[in-house]
Amino acid sequence: MSKLTLTTEGDLHVIVTRRFAAPPEAVYRAHTEPEIIQKWMLGPEGWTMPVCINEARPGGKMRYEWTNGNGQGFYLTGEFVELEPYSRMVHVERMHLPDPTPDNRVETRFEPDGTGTRMTMRMTLPDAQTRAAMLATGMEGGMEDSYARLEGLI
Amino acid sequence: MENALNLDAAFSALADPTRRAILARLATGEATVTELAEPFDMTQPAISQHLKVLEDAGLITRRIDGARRPRRLAKPVIFALDQWLEMLRQALETNYDRLDNVLARMELKRKRGEKR
Repeated sequence: MSKLTLTTEGDLHVIVTRRFAAPPEAVYRAHTEPEIIQKWMLGPEGWTMPVCINEARPGGKMRYEWTNGNGQGFYLTGEFVELEPYSRMVHVERMHLPDPTPDNRVETRFEPDGTGTRMTMRMTLPDAQTRAAMLATGMEGGMEDSYARLEGLI
Repeated sequence: MENALNLDAAFSALADPTRRAILARLATGEATVTELAEPFDMTQPAISQHLKVLEDAGLITRRIDGARRPRRLAKPVIFALDQWLEMLRQALETNYDRLDNVLARMELKRKRGEKR
């Protein structure tokens, strides 16, 4: 059974849920402290995040820059809207590919689940077209990753 | 290429509740425009418009049966969409698997700290 679920809701939302073995405080910190974010939010094998600015306070700025070391890269900017330490955060983000994508408003909840955490990420896109484009873009990344894994097996 | 999977078009087509309901109906078997119009309290032209969007996105196909043109699900395309979503899940899972390891190391560190 996969621990992750990804579903669409209505016309504008994408919902992702995932369970973690660690308590909410640790999972929340892993989503707000740059030096921790840089260790895992990396996408496909071979990519790194040399720049991670994450000002975890209302109005605080976010800037994540990714690179694959071969001159390819992109970055994300955003702003925090609300933070309730260890249980909930709301931020707005956009990808620069290099043109900015429409704003994605993301509400992330961290709820105790036994000794672990159940995370629910609810994304709200401005319109159905944008959501479709975001799903398509994310999937291209997924495909690349799958190919990389496949190469590793051969 | 006819009926090729157009991902953007497919997800846009799926964003409409009436079109999702049409697909759900077609999942139970093929149906004509008249049959599809009945449960939706919509005119045939309105339904035809939705069917065109679904057809252009490659989600449904039409069969010629005398004067009838029953629509059916383009099964390979629905399957492909599902595969696409699965790949997105896997991409996210790559990150979260990494996070599991990071969290395990954080927990280990914390426990060691407590012992000292």
